[in-house]
Formats: sequence, C-alpha cells, structure tokens
Amino acid sequence: MRFILMMTGTRANWDEYAKWSKEDLEQNVAFMRAFGKELKDSGVFVATEGLGWPGEAKMVRTGKNGEAITDGVFPESKEFLAGYWIIDVESPEQAYKIAARASAAPGPGGKPGGIPIEVRQVLSGHADLGL
Amino acid sequence: MADRLDPPIEQLLREMAPQVLSPVVRRFRDFAAAEDAVQEALIAATEQWPRDGVPANPRGWLIQVASRRMTDHIRSEVARRRREQVAAEEAERLALQVEGAAETVDDDTLELLFMCCHPALTPASAIALTLRAVGGLTTAEIANAFLVPEATMAQRISRAKQSIKESGIPFQLPTAEDRAQRLRAVLHVLYLIFNEGYASSAGPQLRRADLSDEAIRLMRIVYDLQPDNTEVAGLLALMLLTDARRAARTGPEELVPLAQQNRALWDRQQIAEGIALLSAALPKGAVGPYQLQAAIAAVHDEAARTEDTDWPQILALYELLKHMSDNPMIVLNHAVAAAMVHGPRKGLELLNALDSDPRLAERHRLEAVRAHLLEMAGEHEAAITNYRNAASRATSLPERNYLMMQAARLSDLRRADQ
Repeated sequence: MRFILMMTGTRANWDEYAKWSKEDLEQNVAFMRAFGKELKDSGVFVATEGLGWPGEAKMVRTGKNGEAITDGVFPESKEFLAGYWIIDVESPEQAYKIAARASAAPGPGGKPGGIPIEVRQVLSGHADLGL
Repeated sequence: MADRLDPPIEQLLREMAPQVLSPVVRRFRDFAAAEDAVQEALIAATEQWPRDGVPANPRGWLIQVASRRMTDHIRSEVARRRREQVAAEEAERLALQVEGAAETVDDDTLELLFMCCHPALTPASAIALTLRAVGGLTTAEIANAFLVPEATMAQRISRAKQSIKESGIPFQLPTAEDRAQRLRAVLHVLYLIFNEGYASSAGPQLRRADLSDEAIRLMRIVYDLQPDNTEVAGLLALMLLTDARRAARTGPEELVPLAQQNRALWDRQQIAEGIALLSAALPKGAVGPYQLQAAIAAVHDEAARTEDTDWPQILALYELLKHMSDNPMIVLNHAVAAAMVHGPRKGLELLNALDSDPRLAERHRLEAVRAHLLEMAGEHEAAITNYRNAASRATSLPERNYLMMQAARLSDLRRADQ
C-alpha cells in the first residue's frame, strides 16, 4: 500500500528556517540525503519532491472567460507543503514509523525538529469489492 | 527487454527462465549470483536471437552463457580474495560440468518455486522473486506492474535474495512432511499475483504488465508438475473461471459488478476448461478452499442471466468454506449469499458478527456490503450512510467512485420521491 508523507509549515516556520546557522542547515541537508537513501535501500521508495518557497506561491482560480486569476497574499497561519515522499509499504504502521523518522530531521542545535508529517494513503487503481 | 521482441522468442525465454536457472544454481550453489547471471543470459538472448536466429538448443545456449557469466563472477570474486589460480580452475571445472548435463526439468522448476515462495520471505519479496526467477520477467517489467521505480524493485529483489542467503534455505526439494505446507505457500503467492493483476484491471491506470496472465501461466506449470494435487487443480480452475469474466468486468472508466455484467462477453472456452478441471478434481476427495472457491465461481459462470444464479448452492458452498477457513472475507461473502437466499435481514444479521472483528482490516468492505443489503431491505437512508462511510474509507479510486455513485443514485431517488 502506498502512502504520501507530507511535510508542511507555516510562513513563520519558513521564516525561522531561513535564519538557521550553516551548521544546522548542513546537518538537516545531510539527514534528508541519508533518509532518502534509507528509503531507496529498503525498497520502499516511490517518489519525492521538495517545493519552492511559499513566498512565490500563488492561488489560481478560473475567471469568467477561463483566464487565470491569481492571488498570492496568504494569512500567516496558512500551512504550506514543503515537500513530500511517496512510499510503498506493507502496512500503515510501517508508514507511520517512516514518517516519525522524517519528523526527527534535525532542527536548530541539531535537536530532532519534530515537524508534523501528514500521512495519507494514496488510492490504488485496484477494484475488488468482490465484484 | 526490447520493445518489439518477437513474441514467440519472448515466450520461449519465459519458459526457459526457470529451466536454465535451476541447473546453474545447483552447480554453483549461489542462488543470488546465479539469478543475476541468468538474467544477463536472457538479455543477451533478446539481443542476439532475433538477429542470428534461435539456437538449435536454446536451453543449452542459455545455460552456457549464464555459466560463463558465473565463471567470470567467481573469477572476479576470487581475484578480490587473491586466490585467483585455484578458483579459476574450480570455475572451469564447474563450467565444464554444466555442459552436456541432462536435467530433470520438472523438479528444477518446483525447487525454484519452493525457494522463491519460502515462508521466510515477505509476500512482496516472494512475489517479486517468483516473477523474476520463475516467470522470467525483467526487473523493469515487475516494477512497472507494481507501479514502483525500477531501482526500488531491484532493491527489493536483491534484499529477497539476501534473506534467502542469510536464512540458509537449501536449494533442494523439501522433505515429504514439509512438502504440503511449502506447496501451499507457492499456491498462495501465485494466488496473490493473480489477484494483483485482476484487481488492477479496472481504473485509471497505465497499462500494467499482465499479472493475471502470468499467474495463470505459472499455475499451469505447477499443474503440469502436480496434476494429482486437487488444490493445485482447484486454484488453476479458480483463476480460469474468474479471469473468464475479465472483458465484462470493466466499463470505459468504472468497474461493472457481477450482477450487471454483459455475460455474452465472458470467455466460454476458459469457463469450460475451468469446469473440466474442477469436475475432475472434486471426486478425488479432500476438497480444499481453492476448489470450493472455484466451485462458487463456476456456479456464477454457469448462470445465463443474473437472476438464474443458483444462490442456494452458492450459500451451501460458502458454509463449507466458512467451516474450513476462519477468514472475515468469507464471512462477508457468506452473508451476501444468505441474503440472496433468505432475504436481506438474514444477511444483515450475519454481518453483525464482523463488527468487532479486528482482522477485517478493510472496514469499508463491510460497510459496502451492509449498504447493499440495507438497500435490498428498502432502508435507503441507512444504505446511503453506509455507502458514504464505505466511500470515505475506500483505498482505491475505482472503488470509491463506485460507492459514491451508489450513494448518489439512492439520494437522487429520494429527492425525486419527495
């Protein structure tokens, strides 16, 4: 079964992140690299992407004639997706365990950041309701 | 494999894969390396045979190429350990032994299946290994079938081979007392491969390597090796009788439930073959769960129209199955059959037993069946609630679409009535 692990943060979280020390950033980057390798080595990796800074985010809606209407001013409290991993595992528990590992990515001072990771099942294309 | 590989050559290579791997494993006593060597030999064949023609003895050709790869492998391994001389001689000696070897192909394939489906492996590992080592599929094809990157599947296969190595599973036929249990494990893996293919034949998926066909092909091999085992015949019959409905099972976008399928699209020849297999197996005694499930599929397949379905017979078969296997999915299907014979109230009553059953991991299946029976009982409001609950917990998109549609259909009816 496939799960997406989504790492999110508010604008405030991103602003703090921008002020981390070089050492803290290096530790975090090294952790993320090692984490990605762990997923690949253990045969559960499907996909991962990191997303651009939320300052560049736009909310787009269709206008009357199908034109794009963009809106980019978001409240401080809005959560932005920072990046995600998609994994293929045998059970939800295995996905939670991996998400906890992602949440342990080091923050300032090298301490586990404890960033919340939203875990959602990716729907399969399967159809066997016994039909 | 090349995109436009000659189909007969591809088929031949698939057949050859286990017959080539076994002797190489036996000679060199290294399953992981032998498996890699055989894959390389198969790839070499896909390049050379279409150009130069199929050799007179294709199996001998493949064994020789794989053995040469093994010899190279051993040489480099040994060079690494600085014992070049001795091992090179050893490698030559081993390679020589392979040539002209007369093999018992049947036992070889069975040994391979027993190894790949060993209970020490997780189902996902056993499936991947079986498809590659016995089915002759490439890692890319297996990855494509399971919708993971090729590197991820390669890693899974290599970990599976590693656990075989570490657990010291010997490459030989199991003892007589182990045999029945090990054969059950093989059948279970082939059953899972079939289901994976069958379940994914609906929905917004890219075309996937046809796992159902592959499972049937492998199952035919097992049947040829063990024709007197009634559960082997039962599982092959079950696959054929289920797969026969494939063309009728999917609409352009959505899945079509059994009751609404266009039965003219069912594959009559496959149904006849399944029924013949089953009819020959049943009188031999010791009726097992695969034969019972095949018998249920046969009763459905024999009904010319949905309303002709012999539900009392299906109910009787589910009752036998329930005694034999304590599986919540069987309880669920039994409740449906009971509802068809004795009315929806009886079915709903039987479903209550599942409410607190922790083993029914996919609760939405229980809610979907309950919704269906409530609808039969005319309790549309409760049915809508159950369809929606089931939809919110569904793990697949076609299922969710189907369940949402059922809820919407009923609530549209209610609105029209008001």
